[in-house]
Amino acid sequence: MKIPLIILPLLIPLATALLGVALRRHAAAQRIVSGIGSLAGLAAASALLYTVATQGIQVMQAGDWPAPFGITLASDLLSAILAFMTAFTGCIVVLYSFGSINEDKTLFGYYPFTHFLLFGVTGAFLTGDIFNLYVWFEVLLTASFILLTLGGSLKQIDGGLKYVVLNLISSLFFLTATGILYATIGTLNMADIATQVALGKHKTIMLTISLMYIIAFGTKAALFPFFFWLPASYHTAPVAVTTIFSALLSKVGIYVLLRIFTLIFVENTAFIDGLLLILAGATMIVGVLGAVAQTDVRRLLAFHIVSQIGYMAMGLGLHSALAIAGTIYFIIHIMCAKSALFLVGGVMRRITGTFDLNKMGNLARTRPALAVAFFVPAMALAGIPPLSGFWGKFQLVLAGLELKSYAIVVVALCVSALTLFSMVKIWNKAFWKPMPPDSEAAMAAMPPMTGTELVCMGAPIVILGLCTVLMGIFCQPVVEFLMRASEQLLNPAEYIRVVLGGGHI
Amino acid sequence: MRPSVILKIGARYMQPLLLLASIFLMSRGHNDPGGGFVGGLVASTGFALLAFADSVEAAKKALRFDSRSFIPLGLTLALGSGIIAFFFGKPFMTGYWLPFTIPIFKYFGVPALFDLGVYFAVLGVTLTIIFNAATQEE
Repeated sequence: MKIPLIILPLLIPLATALLGVALRRHAAAQRIVSGIGSLAGLAAASALLYTVATQGIQVMQAGDWPAPFGITLASDLLSAILAFMTAFTGCIVVLYSFGSINEDKTLFGYYPFTHFLLFGVTGAFLTGDIFNLYVWFEVLLTASFILLTLGGSLKQIDGGLKYVVLNLISSLFFLTATGILYATIGTLNMADIATQVALGKHKTIMLTISLMYIIAFGTKAALFPFFFWLPASYHTAPVAVTTIFSALLSKVGIYVLLRIFTLIFVENTAFIDGLLLILAGATMIVGVLGAVAQTDVRRLLAFHIVSQIGYMAMGLGLHSALAIAGTIYFIIHIMCAKSALFLVGGVMRRITGTFDLNKMGNLARTRPALAVAFFVPAMALAGIPPLSGFWGKFQLVLAGLELKSYAIVVVALCVSALTLFSMVKIWNKAFWKPMPPDSEAAMAAMPPMTGTELVCMGAPIVILGLCTVLMGIFCQPVVEFLMRASEQLLNPAEYIRVVLGGGHI
Repeated sequence: MRPSVILKIGARYMQPLLLLASIFLMSRGHNDPGGGFVGGLVASTGFALLAFADSVEAAKKALRFDSRSFIPLGLTLALGSGIIAFFFGKPFMTGYWLPFTIPIFKYFGVPALFDLGVYFAVLGVTLTIIFNAATQEE
């Protein structure tokens, strides 16, 4: 019996989800299955990452149909890193859910759908086939729609509707563009598409298709001007769900942009990169200005997701090895720091009974541990050395200066200052200012946190906080590793050779 | 509105026929037009017809099992069909066939098993949606 390593990070979440559905009437059993499944998924993803790092790109041809006729799964370093981060986020969020998701939502199928979501996201990272990618997007969209509306309050349905309609429109663009691509070139395997496009016979239509893909994945990634669905919907879900969405969903969009603009559409780069830089700058500014205006912790953080997506798009737009390594570094950093902040927001809500900053206060004195737990990822997000955010921004800014793209560098630095400002705003309002007298009663009415809650909600925050610190301190080896991933993306010949060269398992 | 007697009696005879037709469609899917998806849809039309012509309870009784149970059953069959290939050291979902023919399916193997899984999953999903929608309307 021989199991290809690349399929395990997909099979494990699927099997976990199925077991969860079968056990849907038993909340405790679901938690156990979900916990074991997440850990097994993390182990499989780590093994894949190790194998890709030591032995090179891994490929599996599903059904033993040779590429480009069958569906190919392919994992280079970028895919393996992101699959690993997906499994890691899955573990963190499942642990947090043990303390924060109530019995009702568990019986409604919260855990199985979380694993279906992980299944879809990992599939999108690992597939080497552009139509198959569309299918993975459908899997993750369906699962995320259910998670978003779980519980079915009016506010959630309202947010969910905006989310699903705008995402379906972007899927439509994705599907249309893929249809045109298939009609023009006659293949769906990404490596095969890349070799066909490189022949240079269809330059004009390729530009059209790549612009349609920018619309499609720009919407999924919440780039300006397609980001409206994100701040309109993310804050309505339970905190655990918002966290997993913020860590994974928009990053899938960025991943696909990274993939197609380094593998397939490598013509017309000057035009596309210029466009991406403009979108990136606008995304950063609009996102951070939106965040500054908010007083609800979750809405504020949701706008920050948009703003940070701008930095990732900036790296792609700059299109040098350093810039792309910076983008990957930034994705990992955001997955840790932003998730930690959302989880802290959840604990703040658990303690004070509200997400509204105006109704909080004095938490630094009454909950000093929480204050530290907030301070570390908040400073990482703002980009204070030696935390992870600083090195991410440093790489991007350095790459920008090397390429003499001064405008985007100035924007990135200003937005960074505004990010710091809005983090300080949360700090001042929730942690420093005295408690408003009329909300003291509401806070006193909240039952004290139980031991389970404290461990399950506290441990994930501590782990993520440590990650941002460690990523900052051990920046050198991390960046060297990511430079390898980035070089691999910018020289796709190896990827194409392994996928098409009859690379059986 | 009371359902018409003719429709009610008719649905009782139609439902087994539709179920038979669905099995026919599903069993030939791996070589001829048909398949698990369309088979599952046809099977669920039979139960949906019962639900509208008679009552949701009658349809649920005819189905015998909770419609939601079919979803994990179907998906597990589909997943299991893909895993078989690992025992032969081949990639996920590689097709293998039994060396002899069996009734109904004639040739049976990995794709037919996958189709069977799709059949149950589609049946489960469709009926769960229809039963929920019909119950809320009443």
